[in-house]
Order: sequence, then C-alpha cells, then structure tokens
Amino acid sequence: MIDWIQIFSNAAQELISPTTAAYALAALGLAIHFGYTGLLNFGQAGFMALGAYGFAISTLTFGFPVWASVLVGIGASIVFALILGIPTLRLRADYLAIVTIAAAEILRLIFTTNTFDDVTGSASGLQGYKGGIAAMNPIPDGTYGFGPFTYNAYDWWIRILGWTVVILAALFTWSIMRSPWGRVIKGIREDEDAVRALGKNVYSYKMQSLILGGVFGTLAGMIFIMPRAVVPANYQTSLTFFIYAILLLGGAATILGPIVGSMIFWVLLSFFSGFMARAVEAGWLPFMTQVQAGQLRFILVGVAIMLLVVFRPQGIFGNKKELSFVR
Amino acid sequence: MSDNATPTTPVKTTGLHVGEAGPGCKKVDPIIIADGVKRTFGGLTAVDVAHVEIPRGAITALIGPNGAGKTTFFNLLTGFDKPDEGKWEFDGRSLAHVPAYRVARMGLIRTFQLTKALGLLTVLDNMKLGAKGQSGENLFRSVFPFFWRSQEDEIEAKAKEILARFKLDAKQEDYAASLSGGQRKLLEMARALMSDPTLVMLDEPMAGVNPALTQSLLDHILDLKSQGMTVLFVEHDMHMVRHIADWVIVMAEGKIVAEGDPHEVMRDPAVIDAYLGAHHDTDLGDDDDPESVEHIHAMKELIDDEQ
Amino acid sequence: MESTQSVRPHSRGRWLILLGLLVSALTLSGIAASPAMADEGGTDSQAEEFEYFFSGNVKYNDEPLEGVSIAVSGNGFEAETETDENGQWTLGVPEKEAYELTLDEDTLPEGVIVEDGQSTIDAEFGLTKRKSVNFFLGEGQRVTTDYGAQVLIRVVNGLNFGLLLALAAIGLSLIFGTTGLSNFAHAEMITFGALMMLTFSNMLGLPVWLAILIAIALSAGLGWTLDAGLWKPLRKRGVGLIPLMIVSIGLSLALRYTFQFFYGGSTRQLPGATLPREIVLGPILLSWIDVASMATSVIVLLAVAYFLLRTRIGKATRAVSDNSPLAAASGIDVDRVIRIVWVLGGALAGLSGILWAYFRPGVSWDMGFQILLLVFAAVTLGGLGTAFGALVGSLIVGLFIEVSTLWLPSDMKYVGALLVLILVLLFRPQGILGRRERIG
Repeated sequence: MIDWIQIFSNAAQELISPTTAAYALAALGLAIHFGYTGLLNFGQAGFMALGAYGFAISTLTFGFPVWASVLVGIGASIVFALILGIPTLRLRADYLAIVTIAAAEILRLIFTTNTFDDVTGSASGLQGYKGGIAAMNPIPDGTYGFGPFTYNAYDWWIRILGWTVVILAALFTWSIMRSPWGRVIKGIREDEDAVRALGKNVYSYKMQSLILGGVFGTLAGMIFIMPRAVVPANYQTSLTFFIYAILLLGGAATILGPIVGSMIFWVLLSFFSGFMARAVEAGWLPFMTQVQAGQLRFILVGVAIMLLVVFRPQGIFGNKKELSFVR
Repeated sequence: MSDNATPTTPVKTTGLHVGEAGPGCKKVDPIIIADGVKRTFGGLTAVDVAHVEIPRGAITALIGPNGAGKTTFFNLLTGFDKPDEGKWEFDGRSLAHVPAYRVARMGLIRTFQLTKALGLLTVLDNMKLGAKGQSGENLFRSVFPFFWRSQEDEIEAKAKEILARFKLDAKQEDYAASLSGGQRKLLEMARALMSDPTLVMLDEPMAGVNPALTQSLLDHILDLKSQGMTVLFVEHDMHMVRHIADWVIVMAEGKIVAEGDPHEVMRDPAVIDAYLGAHHDTDLGDDDDPESVEHIHAMKELIDDEQ
Repeated sequence: MESTQSVRPHSRGRWLILLGLLVSALTLSGIAASPAMADEGGTDSQAEEFEYFFSGNVKYNDEPLEGVSIAVSGNGFEAETETDENGQWTLGVPEKEAYELTLDEDTLPEGVIVEDGQSTIDAEFGLTKRKSVNFFLGEGQRVTTDYGAQVLIRVVNGLNFGLLLALAAIGLSLIFGTTGLSNFAHAEMITFGALMMLTFSNMLGLPVWLAILIAIALSAGLGWTLDAGLWKPLRKRGVGLIPLMIVSIGLSLALRYTFQFFYGGSTRQLPGATLPREIVLGPILLSWIDVASMATSVIVLLAVAYFLLRTRIGKATRAVSDNSPLAAASGIDVDRVIRIVWVLGGALAGLSGILWAYFRPGVSWDMGFQILLLVFAAVTLGGLGTAFGALVGSLIVGLFIEVSTLWLPSDMKYVGALLVLILVLLFRPQGILGRRERIG
C-alpha cells in the first residue's frame, strides 16, 4: 500500500527547505532582471555557481572566514555581471540571453575541467567548507521541531539563515521597486528609448539591475550549498530554466511570487515524484520503471512552463488588470 | 491658456530670419545650429544637411515627402543616432558624442512617431518618470524614503496639475496601455513637460489621432510656445502645419530644399518639385505607395488653396 | 587499431557520469554527496607499498618501447615512472579513486604519437585493485613533432563538425529570420533525427540508407507538427517573442526528458559508427563515415543554397526574413513560407543529428542539447537571421573548437568557442555577415 503520510511529510518538508529558499532567492534576482527590467538573463545558474564556488574556494583554498568568503562570492558576481553587461546591454534583448547562457556554460566547464582540479575539485566538486557556518550556530546541539519539521541544530541553523536572507532580500526589493529607482527600471522594461528620451541613463540602470539580481543569485548559490556539496553538474542550464519556471509560476514582476512560487514548485514536485515512485513500487503503473517515474517530473516542469506562459503570463500573484495587456 | 471649445487663430511669430528666407538662412536667435550633418546607411544617404538653424521661441515644422530623412534627422539631433560627420549644437553647446539621455537633460525633449507610452506603468507614474534630477532615482538613496519623499510629493503635485491641463487626470491611476492612441500622444507630450524643457521635438504628433482630439493637441502645442518653449515638429498634415507653424523647413532626399514662412514655402517651386517631382509622369491612381499618394493629394490641395 | 574503440568509451563514460550527476543532483534529496573517503579509511597513503596499481604495456607495431615516461596524478597524489625493456610499467596509488594518467609524448621515438591525442587518460578502478591502462600509439605516418600535420588533422575534423553544425544552424537561423523565434527546442529536433535513425536501423533492422531517409522524413514531419500544433496557434494568439522563446525552453525540457523516458539514459552506436579509419590522406586518417558525412553536408548545403537563391519559394523565404509585413503586403503567403521553413528546419536538424551521432560518436537523449549553444553561437556569429551567416558561423565554430584543442585541454574546447562568441558580440554585434540595424 502507498505510504501517504510519508509522501505528504516529504512534500511538506520542502516548504522550508534551504533548497526552496535558494531557488526563491535566485528567482527573486531573476524577477529584478526579467520581471522588472526586462533583461533576459539565462545565466542565473552561472551567478549561483559563482556564489557556491566563490564561497567554497575562499574557505578551502585561502582559509578565509565566512564573511570574507561571502564577499568574495559577491565580488565575483559583480565582475561577472560587468563582463556580461558591458558588451550586451546596448544591444537587442536576445543578445543578452545568448551571452548569459554561454557565459554560464563557460563557468560550468571551467569548474568541471581537470585542468584546475586542485582548486575546483573538477567533476567531483568540493566539500568541507561548512565549518565556519556551523561554528556560528547559536542553537545548542540536539533535535528540535515537530512532525515532518524535525531537524538537528545545523539543519535548523541553515534554514533560519537561508530564509532570513530571502526575507531581507524581499524587503529590500520591495522598497526599491516602489521608489523612483524602481519606476525608472519598470519604465525601461516597457520601452527603453522612451526612458532615455526622458534623460535617464538607461545603460547604467540596466547594469545596476543586472548586478543586483546577480548578487541575489550568488547569495542563493551559497544557501544552495549549505545542505549539500558543491558539484559542477548542478549548475547546468536546466537550473536557470527551473528558476524561470518558478518565476513564471509566481509572477515575474512581483515580490512574493518568486518566494511562494518556489514553495509551490518544490512541494508539488516532491509530492509528485514521491507519489510516482510509490505508485510504481506498488505496481500501479506496470509499464513504468522507477527511473522513468523520476523523469516524468522534468517533462511536467517543461509542460508547466509552456502552459503558464501561454495561459497565465502574469503568474499567480501578478496583477489581474495586467493580463489584458501582457502578451 | 487656450480654450478647446472655441479654436482661436494662433498668433504667428514673425521676423525670425536674417536676410533672404531660403535653405540654411540665418536666424535672429537660433536654438539649434547644424552644420554639415551627414548620415548614411550602407550606400544610402539618409541625411545630408549643409546648414540649418532652428529659431528660438517659435514653432517650426519639418516637412517633406516620405524617406526625406526627417525622422533620421530627429534621431541625430537627439542623440538616438550618430552622424558620420558634422557639427551641431543646442543652446551654444555642442551635441557631438553626447548620449541621448544627456541631450534630454540639457532640455531637449522629444516624442516618438510611434507613441512610447509606458504601457504597464500608471498614467501618473508615466508623468513622474518625466521629472528631472530625482534623488530617489539613485539605487542607494532609493532604499530610504526620507531622502526622496518630499521631492516625490512636489513631483506628484506638478504631475497632477499638468494632467488636469491635458484632461487626463481622471485616468491617472490607469495603466497607460488602456489609453486611446490620441490620449497616449497627449500623455507623451504632458510627460515631456515634466522636465521643463527648453525645446520640445514632436515626431508626427497628429499621426493616428482621433479627429476629435486634434484641436486639443494643436492648442497644447500652441500652449508650449506661449509658455516660452521652442517647438520643432515633423508633420504630414499640411493644414496643421499652415495653421500653427511660424516657420517651415522642407526636407527632400536628406537635404534642406526650402525654408520660410508657411504660406511662402507652399509656393516654392522646390517644394512642389520635392513632393511631385518623382511622380510627374506617373498616374497617381496606380501608385503603389498609399501614403505618398496621400501626401501628393494634400500638397495639391494646399497649392490650390494658396492660388 | 582495434584498440581505439576501447579508449573512446572512457571519454563517453565521463559524459555519462556527468549526466548521472545532473540527474541525481537535480533530485529533491538534499543529501550531501560525499564520495571521497567512503570506505577506505584504513589505507596509509604515506607507505611506499601501495594497495592499488595502474599498469600497462607500451608497444608500437608489436615492438615494446623502453624508457617511455608515464605519470599519474589526482586526489592530491602524483608519481611518475618509465617503461622497462618489455614496455611494461606499473604505478601504485594510495586510494581507490579516479586518477589521470599521462604519457609523455616527448619520450616516444620519432614519428610515433598517441592516437587521437589521448595521451592523457582518466582511469578509475573497477572491482579489483589493479587497473590496466593502455595508450594506443599511432601509425608511422603520424609525426609527433609535425605541428602542421596536427593542425591539418584538426582542421579536417573541424570542417566536418562545422558542416554538421551548419545543417542545424541554417534551420535555426531561417526560423529566427521568418518568425523572430529563438528556438531552444531546436536541440531536441537534432536529437530526434538521431533517435529515429536508431529506432529504424538498430531496433527495426532496416538498411542504413532507408533508416536515414525515414528519420529525415520524420524530422521534417516533426517540424511540420510543431508549427501546425504549437507555433502557428501561438502566433495567431499574438504571443510576444520573448514569451515564445520561453515556451520553446519549456518544450525543449519536456521533449528532452520524454526522449529519456522512452530511450533511457544510455549512449548507443549507430551501425557503422565503429568503422576503422582506413582512408589515408597524407597525415589524415578518415573513416568512410567521415567522408560520407562531409559529402552529405556539402551536397545538402548546396541544395539549400540553390533553394534559397533560385527557387520562387526560397526567394519568398528570404523576403519574409527581410521584412515580413512587406512580404505579406506584396502577396506572399507568410504562413505557408513559415510552414515550409519549419519543415526544412526539422529535416536539416534531423540530418544534422544523425551526423552528430556519428561524429561524437553515439546516440543519447540529450545529444542535441550538448551542441545547442554551439549552434546558437554559430547563428549569432554569422549574424542573426541570415542563412549564409549561419553557415560561415558554423564553420568558424567547428574549426575553432577542433583547432583550439591544440592548446586547450579537450574538456575545455567549448569554452573557447563560447568566448569567441562573446568577443564577437563586443566588437561586431551584428555578426560577421549581418547588417547594422537602423534605429528609429
């Protein structure tokens, strides 16, 4: 028989998992890029990789403390954003898409190659960088929580840290988007020539947006590696596409959208794969293997992206009034 | 301020030029001076202006047949395109290598042929965006409202005042995308006023505007002049040109072919040539470009009027 | 020469490991993967005597070679040895992990080289504590020190790769030109061709030529179906270009995993993929497959050029590409042109997929996605939306990737091509053959 409790409890855990927090933050960065400014950044995986590797390499190779490792990651992503932005932000929108996707792949290949194995750990990646974060943990050892949300001190600590960063980032984004700065940014999304004709330095604003969203991606990359190792294969183009799916689900030009989108995405995905796996196990789907059941959800994500874009482009949290104008 | 209900005959500004009126003639008080401005696309010369001066404090119309290079010249003057060679200055300051946003900050605000109302911003936000020198537009200050709150209130008051003048105040909370074509033209003009420009450049302000709104648009343009602004506009509607323009500059094939008082210019053989030249021998009914047919008809009508 | 085939699976194996990692890493479980130090805690890595050994035999034309230098590195360990009079060597390593073994080509006799540039091999222990690693030395014609010959070999490989990229790139470029869509699902159209070929030749046992024809026809059908079932309705709905692009991303993801669902994650060879390289042209060794692949590409590309330049419908295609509203106004049925472009694009992508399956070699569910970025790079390099630009761009990308392996490690060869893409955009954003855009 199917263990429903287990499936629901696994799905519920995704609600506050650090992975969900990381995707939410990365999607928030993408909301700044795509939803508010209209920049087609397809390299968010690259920004996340910079956060992950920037933090891990600073800690492991250079022995930096946590704060310095975080700063190195942020610095790397600012440089990356400048390199991407300088040639492309003056060009048509789709050039940025191609350049960002290519640049993210370049980063992944550099992190994967054997040439820099000493520093990057090549395909097998890096681990053992969590000491600094664990040492900052104020929670005494032990197990806390209730029901499905029962974790040890470290697991609680990274959840608290991760979600704190997400909430701060959301508040920051909310406050800048209701300011005159946000007005210029949204104006650029609608028509950058019009904004230029009103005396705003569009290029500079787009660069600021690219950097800001990229730094969010970088911080997300750091949250992402707290419960796992740094593995280059995690930073494939598909990662960016997943984040787009979350963004579209929640609503591209909203603050809450990316966060709730990430929660819904992971809970549903966990529920779906848990259910499929158990269903195959129970022999309900005789024509399918466990592996195939696992692949179904990727197909589902792809179809969901298509349906969302076509039928509900403003997402769950998008303004209803917008719908008649969004095409 | 003029009243929309009873159209008034505009007061024409005269005595703008020095010496004989003609292509490239000197002006008493020019606001823009362009010298040898040339722009080519591939082998095609789009703009080749030897010398032109735009008079200050007047309404100048830039007319010419399709493909005469009017919009390209607009783009060159406002920094949206770069000429291959030439010098041009605004208010005595050179505009060479000045990016579009700096040109706008210098007080030269333009509108576009295809309106660029920012659809998913409210009408009020569209207006506020037009204001210059906002401290809240800096990313670091934007986080702290006390840096920009009071300035924002001033901008909002001004925006509402201008919107009321343009009769758009009832729409201020609506998305600009919900406005009609004519209302968007009005919004674009109103938005340009937010920055207190010295020169307003309008690219075909009447194109696609519901006839019911044309009179109101015309009055607003005349208003700009009465408030001390200079207006330069591109237009195909000859009646409108004759009605409100103080000075007319005619372009054809990238060059300035005639200049002068609107009534004088219409009689200039060079102008008639520019519009009809290529079409003297062809049967107008067979022409495959509907827009140029329309121009030719408009010209013929005007020439008949004048005689 | 029969041994070449046993080397190749190593590089393929690495791809598979990567794919496996991708799949497992993207699963929900947030479990920290810690493969190192798993169960070998007791091994003393400082000891002179190691528990694990790599060994091998270096021979050339059945003659053992003495004094050839072999080095091992990996997991923080490095060691070097030389072959004895029997050409044999042994290297002890501390852990049962993956290592990198390198044969120093300078210590080989004049005129001998390691096959296919495989002088560095990634090796991993199986169930035993010994692992034999073989380096395969090349024919007499291959001259180690002749840099020019090396370049020539890479150039031929690069041309072959560039030509097959061009097949896919032209389709992508035509679709972009006529509809404005940046079609990410083009990758899956490439994979589809190879998978159909695999289905009809390997699984249903049809002759190769027939399987190829059926695969191309089905690929063309896929292009038709995608336009009729998805893209045309979306165009009619007035969906914007950027949403369309995101739809294509969703479609790409869905199709890719559908392929994996039905065909599994393994890599399989098409018939003839393992033909020996028996055509000798100076320093260049080619198999009949290589020759046939290049010839096919050239013929098909010429046919496409003829179609675009000489036929009515081809001219209409270019007109729509140039200015769609104008073309529509002058009586061209734009929808019909777009449909033809999709069918043509599908067929070309399918053929490109088959050739790519022979070039890699092997058919796998994500093979198209592996080169999608290169195809995009080719299209962008040549100038977005120009078919001939796509051809030039593809050749440049193909050549650059293969020739750059002279200096770059082979697992970084795509890095160079993507960097060039970014640099070209920096200095010539309109692409190599593109026109400058007119503003306003």
